[in-house]
Amino acid sequence: MYKIAAVGDRDSVLGFASIGLDVFPCDEPKEGYRLLKELCREDYAVVFITESLAAGIGQKQMEKFYSQPLPALTLIPGAHGSTGEGMRAVEGFVEQAVGSNIL
Amino acid sequence: MAVLNVNPTRMELTNLKKKLMTARKGHKLLKDKRDELMRRFLILIRENKELREKVEAGIKVANSHMSVARSVMTDEEIEVALMMPSQKMSAEVEQQNIMSVDVPLFKPRFKSAKEGEIYSYGYAFTGSDLDDAVGALAGIMPEMLRLAQTENACRLLASEIEKTRRRVNALEHVLIPQYEETIKYITMKLDENERSSTTRLMKVKDMMLESAHNYQ
Repeated sequence: MYKIAAVGDRDSVLGFASIGLDVFPCDEPKEGYRLLKELCREDYAVVFITESLAAGIGQKQMEKFYSQPLPALTLIPGAHGSTGEGMRAVEGFVEQAVGSNIL
Repeated sequence: MAVLNVNPTRMELTNLKKKLMTARKGHKLLKDKRDELMRRFLILIRENKELREKVEAGIKVANSHMSVARSVMTDEEIEVALMMPSQKMSAEVEQQNIMSVDVPLFKPRFKSAKEGEIYSYGYAFTGSDLDDAVGALAGIMPEMLRLAQTENACRLLASEIEKTRRRVNALEHVLIPQYEETIKYITMKLDENERSSTTRLMKVKDMMLESAHNYQ
């Protein structure tokens, strides 16, 4: 059985603790990177990460985690609202596959 | 397109013809694979977009409840209420094979089946907004899991489509034309050799007739 985790600033992820996810409050991009690395080694199926923390870690570093089939890293909007980063990632897939954004 | 550096012999010609046939077959198969991957991808990506919109809206609602709860309770109180969960959520992972791409499927599993278990606190010291926030998050959770699943699938499919497209293009625009040109070159060279040996024979025949019977 695989676990599910939520990573991000305290305000954004605290609610997930109550419904039974493993919660890792974290504000620092460096700390977040280390945390993600650790989570990738353990048997997590899904890791939800706030858009702002992912943006802090940087696209290049995140790419390393994205290339693995598990865990599935998924961006979620934080407590301060959506930055649109998650939707842009979806559009990025379309561009990669089709060649242009047709959504 | 450059002709391959090979000896213009009959053996090379047969080899090249065999290779060309394989390349054409591979090209057709890869093209079919690419088309089917693309079809599946487009279905998935539409679903992905819808799910993301739904999840983002749901989290927004939960967060607004949470910020109200935070304004009426202290941070410590909220932490005490939330950090000792009685419910435990995990996921069962299955593999689905989409055109030879292994895509994980997630199924939510709960430690306890009771719905009220998501509230990890007694109701005495917390406001109703916290209940609303936790309830909203619990409500959106299945969708979030599905979002993670489709988004992961889309990511894997997109990179596979990119790879397949490169292979199709390499076969179509480089390998197959190269083979065709080389085959043409060898055929022409062999024909040329044949013609030259025929003319040589005719010439020899003329010379022999001339010396034997004095024909002109």
